[in-house]
Amino acid sequence: MTVTATPTKKKLSPEQIEAFGQELDALRARIVADLGEKDAAYIRDIVNKQKKLEVAGRALLWAGWFPPAMLAGVTALSLSKIIDNMEIGHNVMHGQYDFMNDPQFTAKNFDWDNTIHADSWLYTHNYVHHTFTNIVGKDHDATGYGVMRMTEEQPWHPIWLLNPVFCGLLQTFFQWGTALQEFESEKWFRGEQTWADMAPARKRFMEKAGKQALKDYVLFPLLSGPGAPFTFVGNAAANLVRNLWASSVIWCGHFPEGAETFSIEETEDESHAEWYYRQILGSANFTGSHLVDVLSGNLSYQIEHHLFPDIPAYRYKEIAVEVKEICERYGIRYNEAPMYKQLWSVWQQVFKLSLPDSTYTKGPLAGLREALSFPFRKKQAEQGREQGHVVEATFAA
Amino acid sequence: MSRMKVLTSSRMGRRFLDSSFAAALATPHGVDRYVEMLDPLWSRTETRAEVTDVERKTADSVTLTLRPNASWAGFKAGQFVKLSVEIDGIRRTRCYSPANSQFRRDGRIELTIKVDPKGLVSPWLLANATPGMLVQISPAQGDFHIPLPHPRSILLISGGSGITPVMSMLRTLTDRAYIGKVTFLHYAFTEDDVIYRDELAEIEAKYEGVRIIRAYTNADNGDLQGFFSKEHLVAADKHYAEAETFLCGPMPLMDSVRAVFEAEGISDRLHLEQFAAPTRTVPTDEATGELVFAASGAKADNNGQTILEQAEAAGLNPDYGCRIGICNACVSTKLTGITRNVLTGDINTDNDVNIKPCISAPCGDVSIDL
Repeated sequence: MTVTATPTKKKLSPEQIEAFGQELDALRARIVADLGEKDAAYIRDIVNKQKKLEVAGRALLWAGWFPPAMLAGVTALSLSKIIDNMEIGHNVMHGQYDFMNDPQFTAKNFDWDNTIHADSWLYTHNYVHHTFTNIVGKDHDATGYGVMRMTEEQPWHPIWLLNPVFCGLLQTFFQWGTALQEFESEKWFRGEQTWADMAPARKRFMEKAGKQALKDYVLFPLLSGPGAPFTFVGNAAANLVRNLWASSVIWCGHFPEGAETFSIEETEDESHAEWYYRQILGSANFTGSHLVDVLSGNLSYQIEHHLFPDIPAYRYKEIAVEVKEICERYGIRYNEAPMYKQLWSVWQQVFKLSLPDSTYTKGPLAGLREALSFPFRKKQAEQGREQGHVVEATFAA
Repeated sequence: MSRMKVLTSSRMGRRFLDSSFAAALATPHGVDRYVEMLDPLWSRTETRAEVTDVERKTADSVTLTLRPNASWAGFKAGQFVKLSVEIDGIRRTRCYSPANSQFRRDGRIELTIKVDPKGLVSPWLLANATPGMLVQISPAQGDFHIPLPHPRSILLISGGSGITPVMSMLRTLTDRAYIGKVTFLHYAFTEDDVIYRDELAEIEAKYEGVRIIRAYTNADNGDLQGFFSKEHLVAADKHYAEAETFLCGPMPLMDSVRAVFEAEGISDRLHLEQFAAPTRTVPTDEATGELVFAASGAKADNNGQTILEQAEAAGLNPDYGCRIGICNACVSTKLTGITRNVLTGDINTDNDVNIKPCISAPCGDVSIDL
């Protein structure tokens, strides 16, 4: 993710932006009017497949001591969890199937096979991330969930030398990372909130994560009797596969090179059309097979998802054709590349941003100097603050 | 497959499915989601029913027989249920009164649905209802039922498809060998429009205490002709003032019966069930009507703002997030009334549907679950 010195926003006149917004509104209205039986049939079919995978996976892992059963069981359960989280959970919880009026597919009632509490998700993701997409200081996702450095707008600190390690750890324990996201625990480390402030979030976490852990790590292993350790390992492996896949898909959505971040000031008094515009500039698509689309919950069409978060995701593919055409006409960058390229780009960013920015702007020596002088600059900054001077914070965000 | 149903049909199986152990294994989705793979009718949370029989007794009605699952707790004759069916991927809910005896031996429910050609659900059912179809029903609701102990004299008055709840009362009373007096005054256009014509004749012949008076508004071969009047009432039962009267029918019939009872000061003996057809007026921009917040009991005169704003102005503290229709945080159930999407201008006329209060404004009277 990079910050553009001159936001691309300036390139379109206000009239053009409004006309562009109206085209997207018209596209949306056309799709909404067409929602019906086809969409209901699609989500029910996906749920049926996911349930079969889940039952098959659990049954196979019951015999996890038998290596082929272990392998097949982990595969089936991983796929089940991936589909449950991505194509079903994420999308249903966006209200994409609320139009069906079926309690089973209503965002408010839905919960997923993941450790993050649905209510917590509705807040951190549906509200904060989707409303304030990529606004540094508002969108927690844009600044690496508080544990990664994903934009130059987060000041450099020596801790970010470990940026790739943090990224790897977050991917491995992604379900726990997202579950803890609403704690905004970095604020606790910085003393901006107390342990007691975090009590409601902690209660939700304990309730939801406790149930998930009980199921995957106690009850199903116990049902396997002497095979319990195998079932335990198989369940953990399925959760790990899901974590790595889900985080990779999500990283590809907003972190690749070219996806822009925004400041709070430049997005003040934003119009509906400008909101659309920011969603496109801040998101990136990736291309892949139909299977990749399903397993990513159609977040391969992240741009379309951010424009229309409550339209059934499997329709993004057909919508994308028109969105791309509209973007071309208005000269708006449409960030799209094969999944491996986008992931490669994300990891490049992760490594690049682990070093001070001057490494790239002024050369490696300047970067080294910035890194080595960090303790002194920190001291100076503290002294400056004591003297009542306005000092730019040089700490990690 | 039928052998697999041992899980849902045996006592042991049901005890397992109701256990907290099964719930812990099925978390977070619940046991229903997996059991329905074997037995789609079974549910712990929802009353599902299978349509076992479909009859078209008159040209403009369809009668469904439903076999409900074990979640169904029965009903009192005269009460109604909310029936949900899925049409073009969207679940639609409407209220219907079962017409069968509450003591029907096979436990099934009979719903007779009068077809409103301008409506959505009733024409769809007329054209598409087939045995084997699955539907959802709510628990029975409403205070329109015969009190216990039973009064010694009962007068039933109905018009058109309003016959269903009083038919249920009549069948229940005869089933139970009720020894009091029952008078049933029914209004229809012609004899061909009387949905339970043959059965009414049978009941009349079989039970001494039951008297049936047929009034036709468009034919002269009934016991009475024309619309309801005090004369009709006296002709049906001259001791009507001593009976408990149960009334269900179209609004003009209800209004004229109510007027007679009010004039004589015996309104407390009149029990009625209203089936207002859904309003289909095109809303105007002028804000009218009353906004009722059903969960909190608060009310406000509609001022044209969004429901979220009006709820806040009324001192409520509903959930919200983006306030621009994206995040779903404020979604609530609209129980009745018409709302307009302020972004698109789309009109929503359905009852019992989820709407986003932050981008919905009421058009006339609206009741919302806030």
